[in-house]
Amino acid sequence: MGSIAITNGTLVDGGGTRRADLLIQNGIIAEVGERLDGDTAIDADGLVITPGFVDLQVHFREPGGEEAETIQTGSRGAALGGFTAVIVMPNTTPTIDSAAVVHQIHDLSIDALCEVVPSAAITVDRDGEALSPMAELVRSGVRVFTDDGVGVQNARMMRTALEYASGLSHLADGYEIVLAQHCEVDALAAGGAMHEGDWSSRLGMPGQPAEAEELMIARDVALARLTDGRVHFQHVTTARGVDLIRAAKAEGLKVTGEATPHHLCLDHSAVASFDTVFKVNPPLRTPADVAAIKAGLLDGTLDAIATDHAPHTRQDKERPFLDAPPGMLGVETAFAIANTELDAGIEKLVELLSINPARIAGIDDRHGGPIEAGRPANLALLDLDERWTITGAAMASRSSNTPFEGRSVRGKIRHTIWNGDLVVTNGEATR
Amino acid sequence: MRRNGARHLLSMADLDRDDIEQILNLTGSFAEVGERSIPKVPALRGKTIAWLFYEDSTRTRLSFETAARRLSADTMNFSVSSSSVNKGESLRDTIETIAAMGIDGVVVRHRAAGAPQQVADWTDAAVINAGDGWHQHPTQGLLDLYTATSHLGDLDGKHIAIVGDIKHSRVARSNAIGFATMGARVTLVCPPTLLPPSLDGWPVEVTHDLDAVIDELDICYLLRMQLERQKQAVVPTLREYHHEYGLTSARADHLGAEALIMHPGPMNRGVEIAGEVADRPNAVIAEQVANGVSVRMAVLFLLLGAGLEPVDESAVGGGLAVA
Repeated sequence: MGSIAITNGTLVDGGGTRRADLLIQNGIIAEVGERLDGDTAIDADGLVITPGFVDLQVHFREPGGEEAETIQTGSRGAALGGFTAVIVMPNTTPTIDSAAVVHQIHDLSIDALCEVVPSAAITVDRDGEALSPMAELVRSGVRVFTDDGVGVQNARMMRTALEYASGLSHLADGYEIVLAQHCEVDALAAGGAMHEGDWSSRLGMPGQPAEAEELMIARDVALARLTDGRVHFQHVTTARGVDLIRAAKAEGLKVTGEATPHHLCLDHSAVASFDTVFKVNPPLRTPADVAAIKAGLLDGTLDAIATDHAPHTRQDKERPFLDAPPGMLGVETAFAIANTELDAGIEKLVELLSINPARIAGIDDRHGGPIEAGRPANLALLDLDERWTITGAAMASRSSNTPFEGRSVRGKIRHTIWNGDLVVTNGEATR
Repeated sequence: MRRNGARHLLSMADLDRDDIEQILNLTGSFAEVGERSIPKVPALRGKTIAWLFYEDSTRTRLSFETAARRLSADTMNFSVSSSSVNKGESLRDTIETIAAMGIDGVVVRHRAAGAPQQVADWTDAAVINAGDGWHQHPTQGLLDLYTATSHLGDLDGKHIAIVGDIKHSRVARSNAIGFATMGARVTLVCPPTLLPPSLDGWPVEVTHDLDAVIDELDICYLLRMQLERQKQAVVPTLREYHHEYGLTSARADHLGAEALIMHPGPMNRGVEIAGEVADRPNAVIAEQVANGVSVRMAVLFLLLGAGLEPVDESAVGGGLAVA
C-alpha cells in the first residue's frame, strides 16, 4: 500500500480546528505538516478532515438476516457515511452471546469497509434469564454488552449484570465494561406500534407511552448508583428521559446517552401516512421531545449520535403497520441529517459522531482521533456545504427503508480512510 | 372522498358536510330500490368489486355483498383464511395479485389500522374501508348518520352519547367525527380505562357518568363491549360495567320519547344494553342494518359509477341526481 498525501484541508478533532497536510503510510498518520507529498495525492481544499465516525448501534443482520443486509453491504454504507467503526448489535441468528459467534462476526468481516466491532448480549439469547459468559466475551474483545431491542426487563438481572461487569476491567486493559440499554418497560409498551399520544389515539393504533422509556432510564440510573456500574442509554427519545440523564450526570454517575438522527428530526405525525418506513422502536415521539433531544445533544447530556441502522426487506416492510418490523436505515445519512438539522458546529458534530462514541465503545485507541502522527489513519473528509437528495434506491444497503426519501440535506462524505486505506473516494466506495 | 382527487372511502375524516349530505341523499334513492319487487338496478353492470376481508365479518360483508348485487356489480371473493396470505404473502403482493385480475373496487377489512390506506397506495382501484382495527369504519358511520337523520331530521344541535369501549372502537372514531361534522353535540361516555390516551382535536365532550346526560340525549349510541376486556382487567367485571355504563331499563326510562337507541351490532344483551331495552320501539338497531345496504349502494355507486360515465337516472331509480 502506497502513501497518501492529503493537502490543503482543514483538520477538526478534539484539539480544535487547524489547517495542515497529512501523510498517511502503512495504515497510520505518518506526518502532520505542510506541503507533504505521497504516492496518492488528495486535494482537500474546501474539505474538513475529521476522525472517522463511530456508530454505537447498527444492525448488519449477518448472520441470520442476509436478505436485508450483510456485513459487507452494511459496512460499505457505513464507509460511505464516513464511519470507520461500527458496533454491531447482538440480535443476530445465532445471538452474539459466546466467543464463538464473536469469532464468526470477525470472519464475516474480512472484506468489510470499516471496523466491525461486535457487542454481545447481556443475557443468553437475550431472553433475560441467565447471564451470558461475560468474561469469555470480554476476553474475545467485546467491550459493550446489550440485550438490544428487548432491554433487560428484570431489575435484579440488570443489577447482577452491572455488578458482574464491574469486575472485568482487568480483562479489558482497564476499560470499564459498559452495559447499553434499550429503555422500554414491556409492561407498558408491549403491543404498541407507535408513540402513545394524540396521533395514536386518532389513528386507532396501540401506543408505546413515553413513560415506558422514562421508567427504565430512572431504574437504571438507580442501579448505576447502587452498583457504581457503567450504563449507556441507547437511542433516547423522550424529553423527561433526557432530564433524568442530565440529573444523573450532575450527580456524577457513570452514565452516557445517545440519540438517533431520525429522533432528532421526525415526529409521530409521520405515522398518519401509515407508511411502515416510519415504524421504528423506540417510536418517533412528539415535536417537544424532538426539541429536547436536540437540546440534550447540544448541551452534552447526550454524548453521541448513533444510527440504530436497521435494514428490512421490502416484503417485510410491505405489511400492515401493526405487523411490520420496526427499523430504519441510518449509516449513509447520519452525518448529513445531523449537519442539516442540528444547530451545531462541525467541532460539536465530531464529538457526537466520533470522539465520544469511540470512548464509550472502548475503541478510542484507534478511533475518534486525535489526528496526529502515529495514530491509526481512520479519517473522514467532508464537504459541509454540498447539497444532495436522499434516495433509498441509491444506497449501498440491501434494503431501502430510509425515512428520509426525497429529503434535501447538506453535507456529504467525500472520502473515507480506514486504517490508511481509501475505502471511499469522491463519494464512491472503492470495493 | 373527493378530496385530493382520491376515489376512496378510507375515513370519515375525509368527508366534509357536503360530501356526507350527498351520500345520504343518494342513500334515500337507493332505499327506494330496496323496496321494489325486484330490488336491482344495472348501475354497476360490468364493474368488478373484490372483497378482501382479513378479519371475520358476517354483517358488514353480507351488507356489502347485498349492495353490490343490487347494483348488478360482479364480485370476487379473496378468501384470506385459505389463501396465500396464510403462507406469508405481503399485503402488497396480495393486492397486486388481485388487481392484476382486473378490478374496479376493493372492499377491505383488516384488524390492523391503516391497512386500507396502504392498499390504496398500492392500487388504482377504488378502495373502501370496511373497518380497520381501532381506526375507522366509515360506512358504519354513514349508515348511522342516515338512520339518525331519517328519524330526527337535521342533526344540528342534537346530542348523541357514544357509550362504551371508545379506545378500541373504529365505530366510535368514525361516529365522533361524522356526527360532529353534521353539527351534533357528541359526548363520549366510558370508564377512563376505555378512553383513548389523548382526545386532542376530537370534537367531543367526555363524562364518566351516563346518568348525568341521559335525560337530555337525542341518541344513546351503545358500543359492543368486547368480552375479553374483563380478562385484560380494564373493567373489573362485566356486571359492574353493565351497572355503571350499560343502558339498563331504569336508565332507558330517562330517555325522551323521541330519543333513539342505537347499536352497531352484534349486541351483548345484558352487558352494554339490557335485553328488554334492545326491543323497545325507539331502538332502531334493525333499521341500522337495513340502512347499511342502502348506504353501501350509495358509496359503491359514487366511487365506481359516478363521474366515469354519464349517469342514466332510470338506471338507479327516480329522483336521483348525481354531480
